[in-house]
Formats: sequence, C-alpha cells, structure tokens
Amino acid sequence: MADSVALRSRRAWLHRDTKGWIFVGPFLAVFALTFLAPIGYAIYLSLFREQAFFGGTTFVGLANYADVLRDAKFWESFGRVALFLVVQVPVMLVLALLAALAIDSARLHASGFFRIVIFLPYAVPGVVAVLLWGYLYGTNFGLAADLNDLFNTTAIQPLSQHWMLPSIANIVTWEFVGYNMLIFYSALRTVPEELYEAAAIDGAGTWRTVLAVKLPALRGAIVIATIFSIIGSFQLFNEPNILRTLAPNVITTYYTPNMYAYNLSFAGQQFNYSATVALVMGLFTAVIAYVVQLRGSREAL
Amino acid sequence: MTTTTSPLRPRRSPLLTGLMLLYLVYTLVPLLWLLLSATKTQADLLDSPGLWFGDHFALFANIKDTLTYDGGIFVRWLGNTLLYVVVGAGGATLLSTAAGYGLAKYKFAGRRIVFAVLLGAVAVPGTALAVPTFLMFSDLGLTNTVWAIIIPSLISPFGLYLMWVYAGEAIPGDLLEAARIDGAGEIRIFFTVALRLLAPGIVTVLLFAVVSTWNNYFLPLIMLSKPSLYPLTVGLTQWSNQATGVGARPIYNLVITGSLLTIVPLVIAFLLLQRFWQSGLTAGSVKQ
Amino acid sequence: MNAQKKSNNERNTAMKSSHRRSARRLLVVTAAVTAASLVLAACGGSDQAGSSSQPQGSAAAVDEALAKGGTITYWSWTPSAEAQVKAFEKQYPNVKVNYVNAGTGNDHYTKLQNVIKAGSGAPDVAQIEYQALPQFALPGSLVDLREYGFDSLESAYTASTWGAVHAGDGLFGLPQDSGPMALFYNKEVFDKYGLTVPKTWDEFVAAGKKLHQADPKKYITNDTGDAGFATSMIWQAGGKPFTTDGKNVTINLADDGTKKWTGVWNQLVTGGLVASIPGWSDEWFKALGDGTIATLPIGAWMPGVLESSVKAGAGKWRVAPLPTYDGQPATAENGGSAQSVLKQSANPALAAAFVRWLNHGEGVKPFLSSGGFPSTVADLKDPAFVDKKSAYFGGQAANQVLTAAAGTVVKDWSYLPFQLYANSIFGDTVGKSYQAKTDLDPGLKAWQDALVTYGNQQGFQTNS
Repeated sequence: MADSVALRSRRAWLHRDTKGWIFVGPFLAVFALTFLAPIGYAIYLSLFREQAFFGGTTFVGLANYADVLRDAKFWESFGRVALFLVVQVPVMLVLALLAALAIDSARLHASGFFRIVIFLPYAVPGVVAVLLWGYLYGTNFGLAADLNDLFNTTAIQPLSQHWMLPSIANIVTWEFVGYNMLIFYSALRTVPEELYEAAAIDGAGTWRTVLAVKLPALRGAIVIATIFSIIGSFQLFNEPNILRTLAPNVITTYYTPNMYAYNLSFAGQQFNYSATVALVMGLFTAVIAYVVQLRGSREAL
Repeated sequence: MTTTTSPLRPRRSPLLTGLMLLYLVYTLVPLLWLLLSATKTQADLLDSPGLWFGDHFALFANIKDTLTYDGGIFVRWLGNTLLYVVVGAGGATLLSTAAGYGLAKYKFAGRRIVFAVLLGAVAVPGTALAVPTFLMFSDLGLTNTVWAIIIPSLISPFGLYLMWVYAGEAIPGDLLEAARIDGAGEIRIFFTVALRLLAPGIVTVLLFAVVSTWNNYFLPLIMLSKPSLYPLTVGLTQWSNQATGVGARPIYNLVITGSLLTIVPLVIAFLLLQRFWQSGLTAGSVKQ
Repeated sequence: MNAQKKSNNERNTAMKSSHRRSARRLLVVTAAVTAASLVLAACGGSDQAGSSSQPQGSAAAVDEALAKGGTITYWSWTPSAEAQVKAFEKQYPNVKVNYVNAGTGNDHYTKLQNVIKAGSGAPDVAQIEYQALPQFALPGSLVDLREYGFDSLESAYTASTWGAVHAGDGLFGLPQDSGPMALFYNKEVFDKYGLTVPKTWDEFVAAGKKLHQADPKKYITNDTGDAGFATSMIWQAGGKPFTTDGKNVTINLADDGTKKWTGVWNQLVTGGLVASIPGWSDEWFKALGDGTIATLPIGAWMPGVLESSVKAGAGKWRVAPLPTYDGQPATAENGGSAQSVLKQSANPALAAAFVRWLNHGEGVKPFLSSGGFPSTVADLKDPAFVDKKSAYFGGQAANQVLTAAAGTVVKDWSYLPFQLYANSIFGDTVGKSYQAKTDLDPGLKAWQDALVTYGNQQGFQTNS
C-alpha cells in the first residue's frame, strides 16, 4: 500500500514537472517583453558609443565598462548608497519588525488603526513630497526654521551637505517602515494557530513565543524584505531627486548611481554610457542580493 | 476585565501602546501637514504656519476646484488611474500568484535559473532602461496608448517572490496530493484549493500592486504625451510644474488637495482588503 | 548651413536611426516570440517614411496649405496656447490643431527628444525655448523656415529674439515672447530700510550689505545657482563664453565679461548676501510676498507671474532698469520661447502657417492678453501696451521700463548647442562654489572643463 502511493507520487512528480510552466509561463512571457528585452537592448547599447550631434555610432566592445569602473563619479555615488544601505536598512527593518510584532501581539489598543496609519506614508504621491519635505526641512519658513527659532540656534540644517544623507534616510524610513511592516505582518498571519496553542501548552510566555514561533516563521519574509531593501537602496532615486529641487547644489546629478544613469540618459543623451552604468550597478546589486538569499536560505534549512 | 491571560488572548499593554503612539506621531506629522494644507487657499498656503489652519477654511472650495480645474481633467485622470490599477494590479496579482505557486509547488527543471534571471533583471535600475523601453514600445506602436502603462504593470517581481515564499509555507503538499488522487486537474486545484489558502498572501500582493500602480509615475511620464491618458501622478506633477518659468501659475493648493484626494481611494482599498488577513488561514491547514 | 553639409547631416541621422531601429526590432521580435502567448494589438509597428518625404517648400506653399486645411499637433506649455489654438481654428475652420501640453520645460524636452529618437510621434509644431533651440536645430530635427520665405519677417522682431531663433545660418522658429532683464524691487522694503534704487552693480552690492545688516532675515535677492540666470548675467556683462561654428565649439568661462560679472557676484555669494531659496519653489513665492527677497533681476515677463501668483506683493513692487557696470543702459535676455516646425511633420507647410499666425499675426493678441511680453516690434511700440498703468506696480507704467530694456540688449550672444545638458550640470560644478560660499570662478572653470569633455564626446571639436 505504502509502496504504491510512493510510486504513484513519483510518477505524479514527473508529470507535474512540465505542468509547472502553465503557471509560470504567462508571467515569464510578459516579463520577457517588459524586463528582458529592454535589458537585452541595454546590453547591446553598452557595446557602442554614439555621438549625439556628429560622427555616428561606433562599436567599442567593453570600453564603456572599463570607463565606468574608472569613473570617480560612479564610485562616489556607489559609496554613498552603500553607506546608506548599511545604516538605513537595518534601522528600517528592525522598526518594521517591531511594529509588525506589536500589531500582531494582540496586546495593542486599536491595532487596526496603527496598521493603516503606519502604512499610509507609502501611499503619499511623490509630487506632493517636494512641498511636504520642503516645509518640514525648510530653514527659511519651515518646521526646521521654527525649531531653530525655538532653541535659538541655527544648528538644524536638514538640507545642508552633512545632513542630507540622514535627511534622505529619514524620508525613506518614514515611507517604507509600513511597507515592510505589512510584509512581516501578513507572514505572521500565516502562522497556524496550532503552533501558538502548542507553545502555550509548553508554558511559553510572550517573548518565548516570539523567539520560538514567530521569528522562525518570519525568516522567509525577512529575507525578501532584506533583498528588496538592498535593491531599493542601490536604486535610490525618488527621494534624492525630490530633494534636489530644494537643494540643487548639495544633490549632484550623480548623487546616487541611479540618478547618474538617469541624468546621463535624459540630460546628456549619453544612452550608451547610461546603459553601462545601469548594468554594472545591476550586476553588483544582483550579486549582493544573491549572496543574502543564499545565506538566508542556508540558515533556513 | 478578564483576569485569565493566555498567550492567545493576552492583556492589552499600555506601555506597548504608548511606544507605538510615539512612532505614530512620527508617521503623522507629515500627513497632518498635508491634511491641514488641503484646507488652505493658495494665498494662505504661503502666509500661514504649516502645522495650523490658515485664515480661510477652504477644503471644500479646494476639492471643488480640484475636480473642476481645466475642464475637470482631474476626474479624467482619476478614471485613467482606476483603469490602470484594476487591470494592471489585478493582472499583476494573478500572474504573480500563479507563477509563485508554480515555482513553489512544481519541481521542474530550470527553477533556479528563473530565480536568478528574475533577481538579475530586478537589480538593474529601471530608470536607465526607460529610454530603451520607450523606443521598443514606440516600434510596437504602443506609446501613447493605455497598453504602454498596463503591460509593464502586469509584472511585479516582488509579488512573485512574495507568493513563492507564501505558497511554500501556506500550501501543504499533502493537500494537493489528496486533490490529485481525487482526480482534480492542476488548474482546478490551483483555483479551488490553492487560491483559498493563499488569500492573505494574495491580499498583500494585491495591496502592494495597487499602491505601486496607483503611484506609478515614471513609466507614464515617459510613455504618454497625451494629457487625456495621464494617471493622477503625472497629471498632478504637471500642475505642480505650472509654478515654474516664464508663464508660471502656481496652484499648490490644488496639487495638495489633489494629492490628498489621491490617497483616499487607497485607504478605502486598504480597509476593504484588510479583512482577508483575519479570515485567511482559518481553513485549518496543518504544517510543521 | 550649406546644402551639402545639411544633406550629409540628414543622411547621417537617417542611417543612425535605421541602424538603431533594426537592432531594436531584433530584440522586439525576440521578446515577441517569447511572449507568444500574449496577444498584442497593433503589433505591426509604424514604419513611416520620415526623411524621404521632404516636400518642396515655398512662401506660396504656406498659403496653399492653409487654404487646403488639415490636421496638425502642437506641443506647448504657455498659458495662452489653448486660447490661441481656439482662435486659430475659428479663423481657419478647415484646420484642426491638436493642442497638447506634454509637460513643462525639461519634461517637454525629454518627450520631444524621445519621439525624435524613435522616429515617430513628434508634434508638427513645438514650443522651444531660445536656450534649447540650437540643441534641436543642429542635429536636423527642425525645419529651416527660410524654405517658406520666413526670413523676410526679420524686421517684425527685436534683434535679440531674431538672433535667438537662428542656428548657423538657418531660421528654426519664430519668436513668441522675450525677456529683456530689468530690476524688479520691493519698494516697501526699500523705503523701510532707506535704500535707493541701484543704477550700478556696485550700488546693488552696497544695498545688499545695508539691507542684510539691518535685518539678517532679509536679502537683496535670492540665488542658489541657476544656469539661466548666470548666462544672462554674463551676457549683460558683455561676455561671449560660447561660440559655435559648424563642428567647432569654443567655451571660455573666464573671458572679460564673465570676470566682470563674477567680480560683482562673488561679493554677494561669499558675503552670504543672497538668500538660498531656489527659484520657483513655494518658499520663493512666499519670500517674494513678505519682503524676504527685496529685488529680482529677471526677464520682462515677470509682471504676469507676480500679479497672478504673488498676491501679497500687490502695490509693493516696482520696476527699474537693470543695474549696469558703468551706468550706461545695457541688458540681456532671460527666458523666452519660439515655436518651431519639426522635421517629422507630415504637413510642414501647414505647420509653418500656424507658426506664422501665432507669432506674426492674430495669434499675438491672445498671447498679449494672457500677460505675455512680446518679441514683436510693433507691439513693443504700441502706446496702449507701453503706457498701460499697472495697479500691481502701484500705478507705475511698468512696460515703459521693460520695452525700453528690449532695445538695449547686448548683441551677438549665443548659447551652446547643448545648453540643456550644460544647465543640468551647473549645480554639480558652479553649484559647489555657491554651496561653499566661495568665489564662483573655480566653479565656472569646472563647468567649462566638463562641457569641453562632453562636447568632444558628442562629436564637436571643443576648445576652451
């Protein structure tokens, strides 16, 4: 009896192998058109050099890649987002994790209210962010000016050279704690009730339940959130681009690698070099994200 | 007040609530500015303190102006956005749910490659690909059509990834096996067994897809040059840019009110969808 | 531009774009095969003829096209555009103009560049600022309106705007507005702090010091480093940093004129006398209303902006001639746009007719009534325009000052053929000097170096 079931399921496995593509196929088809084709085109572009006015296009092999690796502007921007990543991502994810655990704990008054309010910043459209942060960070008329007046100082300068990266980190944290909180929260909702009951029978308190049941259940979600936060940090664009209108001299056109690629392409029409910057950055990001994924899943085993 | 405390029904904690309230203040101050600013006239916006009301309470006048400015184009943008969200985010959720399920529950060859390609593709910053994508879409005759917005919105790598993990956790292999023994086809199993178990995950993915499609700015900015096809984000930015240059006519009050109005449908969507987190996994799945 | 060079240029562009397009097509096909399950409507693509269908233009062709009628598309963000299109369609019912506001400034240019690169989707007529015109004209994206005899319209426009619609010998648009600079000042602030209206830049600096000393929250003007403003100021000082002759571009941001400007402006920047409030921000509009910013050296189109957007400043603002270095009247253009016909246009004669109507005909009236400042000599001399008293300016006939300025614009200025790019990296280079409150000259040098490198990369012979 047991043998026949095993045999049956082995045959079913083989059978099902190809059937998986039914589910994955549609996604991959659209993915190929919207992601892979442009990347393929970008790879093609990265092998050429085109002059926007006179001269035309020449094949240059990997020369653009060599240029990117020697480009001081590229490395400056890379260093900046790397620093951002190391400091901001842990802070944001820990806050999100604590918020998710708190909301899930059933020990919070009005947890549904917290859940939606913490998520709301993510829904604020980017266009109003310039006005909003222009007010909060403004040292002429804004909240920063009021605080300076209050403490009779001029120390609070959110848009100055030294404050800028923390100011950006603050905006990103404000926006994305709720986003990550929801990832964790919905993962916590998949923990079967039975596990809690079992923990309760074993006499586990709140903290033990968190450590023994909840955190292990969150591992997959934490890995995803980390990977996407890494990608998000390396692709940092919106927030510095918004603040650029408020502090045009502090935020250069190459403040982050993504802004650099964008400005090369849009302001300078240097499509070939822009594509190369994007691809090099993509390669770095993918390698780091992949390592995180491998480490995350090895620990999961 | 109940005195019996079990880990399942713990006591409410004022300390925890207090700590969370602190965080709530941090979250709310910028939102409060938005809310208060939406009650101000353009003149009051420039003359009154940011975190208090202006001389006139103009919220309703602002809403009316926002909805009627330039022949009611805002309503048009709202309709466009709804279209992009319903088709784009709906499709994205369906595609990534199916694909995540397929990857988690079918051990076919090439799954690792799919994962690697996906990660690699997502890691390349999209802004630099905007012009290549535009040129391709232009060759296909898709620019300046709704398809230029909808087709790329159908792909949510994050959603796929999330569903992959959820499906792995939430759908017991035995259950699928049992359904197969009962003679159900694969697609039927997906729709009758898997979808139900995946509900909390689907809701999460849908919510993220809705918000990201709702806030999609860059792609429509590049792909569309007809204001009648704009989503709210691009339209509001156009209003905001009216404050610049030779013919400047700033209408910050409408930009702010428009932004506030833009958030409202998202809040409603959130409230509607959140019920599914509660009811999600009561189906009684057992997984160790 | 001589004919041979032009046709070479065109062929070059056509070759480049077909090369590019075939590569793109290959990828699209690959993607489409992979995406076989996806049914794409309109998959055929649009393989329009483009460069081959070059109609022979002439002055008569314009009138003929107008009589025949048709449909054209017009991209613009000027406030008067919609009213102008309506008036035009009323006058010529057989012509349909699709008016599209595709974005303001850089958004507009990005889209324009994209559709030009894609080879289809461009409008027939587009608004293009003077500073951006060479960037579109030189690579052959615009129609040379001499084909339609528009060079005979020269006497209708001010010398400076007429110069601004030329690139090489070609005429690539008709001027719409102009922006001879003047000094707008807040009289209330001037009276309160006992300042006199500066006639020279030295007096301007002195007034700036006096004001900021009296009230550290008040500034003579704002400047966070703006390429448009800086180039206009260099222009007024007699600098000619950019010269283009065919493929040869010379950039010298340390010439006498430039040094004259930095000699004055360095004092304001290093002394912290200019407010670090970016132009066109909501803070800026607020600061213009409450006296934080006491003056604006800016283009003659500013009254329209002040009246509609700085209501709190009503009655306080006045206009004076722009200060100069020696007290003799001299000014520069700041901002302003032309309308141009795109090479991609399927009906360039009709497009040209629309441009002529807009800027050399009845179209000027709706433009003027929207508060625009014209480039047409007749309107600049019209007493109804010149002597109009403005309540916003406390009853001053502001246009007397502004129209007088239009006649004193320093001659022979030209922008770079890649001015939009140049402006985009101004903050990276000169902005550093503003940021550090140090002399601007090293920043200008850095700007120059970056521009020389870029120019050479794009196929110019660039020297400094």
